[in-house]
Amino acid sequence: MAPIVIIGSGLAGYTLARELRKFDREMPLAVVTADDGSFYSKPMLSNALASGKGARDLALKPAAAMAAELNAAVHAAIGVQAIDLARRRLRTAAGEIAWSKLALATGADPIRLPLAGEGAAAVLSVNDLRDYARFRTAIEGSKRVAILGAGLIGCEFANDLALGGHSVDIADIAPQALGRLLPEQAATGLRDALAALGVRWHLGKKAVAVHRAGDALQLAFEDGSAIETDVVLSAVGLAPRTALARSAGLTVARGIAVDRYLRSSHPDVYALGDCAEVEGQVLPFVMPIMHAARALASTLSGSEKAVVYPPMPVVVKTPALPTVVCPPAPGAAGAWQIESEAGGTLARYVDADGRLVGYALTGAAAAHKNRLLKEMQTA
Amino acid sequence: MKTTEMKTWQCVVCGFIYDETKGLPEEGIKAGTRWEDVPADWACPDCGVAKADFEMVEVAAA
Repeated sequence: MAPIVIIGSGLAGYTLARELRKFDREMPLAVVTADDGSFYSKPMLSNALASGKGARDLALKPAAAMAAELNAAVHAAIGVQAIDLARRRLRTAAGEIAWSKLALATGADPIRLPLAGEGAAAVLSVNDLRDYARFRTAIEGSKRVAILGAGLIGCEFANDLALGGHSVDIADIAPQALGRLLPEQAATGLRDALAALGVRWHLGKKAVAVHRAGDALQLAFEDGSAIETDVVLSAVGLAPRTALARSAGLTVARGIAVDRYLRSSHPDVYALGDCAEVEGQVLPFVMPIMHAARALASTLSGSEKAVVYPPMPVVVKTPALPTVVCPPAPGAAGAWQIESEAGGTLARYVDADGRLVGYALTGAAAAHKNRLLKEMQTA
Repeated sequence: MKTTEMKTWQCVVCGFIYDETKGLPEEGIKAGTRWEDVPADWACPDCGVAKADFEMVEVAAA
């Protein structure tokens, strides 16, 4: 029988493989990946610098070790060109690969702002281990770094780079940091804590161009102002990688559209992780991946299981001001209730019946994470 | 061989730190609980990786 094939060797792909093996050690299984197939942890990319970790330290296991551990074929450095749904084959540069069931774990691409200027091509993003190695080389010698995007990844990089001794600028068109996650007061605290490390903020500013200025770069804003830097790092968000699924004729919305069983519009094709839109939700975080992988492993092993997400707090790794956010469900009605504590903020998102449906904690208040989580689960 | 030394462990997926001296009292894991004594059904509170898959790395002796 043709194997179950997983496309992608990121956390979603490899976690699914590992969970599958808990159900069945023997079923034929293959992982096809455009990367080198080594296992690494993507969340660590934005906080590895200050702890002295290079790309090699982050690659925990090479492809061969993963293949042995998972009793799976790992086809590394092979880009999938097309999915043939009718014949149940993948077309790759290295020939066809047959599948019985297919799981798409293709991840997401970094969104790039449309920037003018001859320096725009030098703007870097860090979305995988290869990007990370390139970025580390670019910033060698305590180079100045300007970060585009003050979301979760941008703030984590700002903190990590500042701790690593770099001069850091961070810019966002939004008026506050973590605009989609934090109420204003908590965001102000995070801004101030990073500023205290030397990070310079450029909020409410739209970056429009990157020019070359000798060996340096100049990042220009729409209001006519500009800053000089050595490296521009873009961290403005992720777009699910859907091209392969779309060209195969699978239903795609923002991500590859799947139901609670992670099943796409084809009954034997599934998707999970950053590429997937599960009943309308794209959740590019680790915890949803873990839940999805466990449910899908069960389903692929013959016991149908829907993914059910518990409240899932997101930890923002900014040691300058530890931050934890449990975002309310999209469209959840309610309002923030904010208590300030010494060195932090405790913000509860409460619905009309007084129930806690989300929270954001910074600084000392981050210690209340589990207490509030329990309160949410019992509400 | 020293057996009394408390250790600090880090989740390789998300960077979460488990400090044996502190435990995780809010999850019912008392201060001073060794990593090997943390229940098998425990999962990383930050990323949800199960203990069995944790591959915690030792950070430093506390």
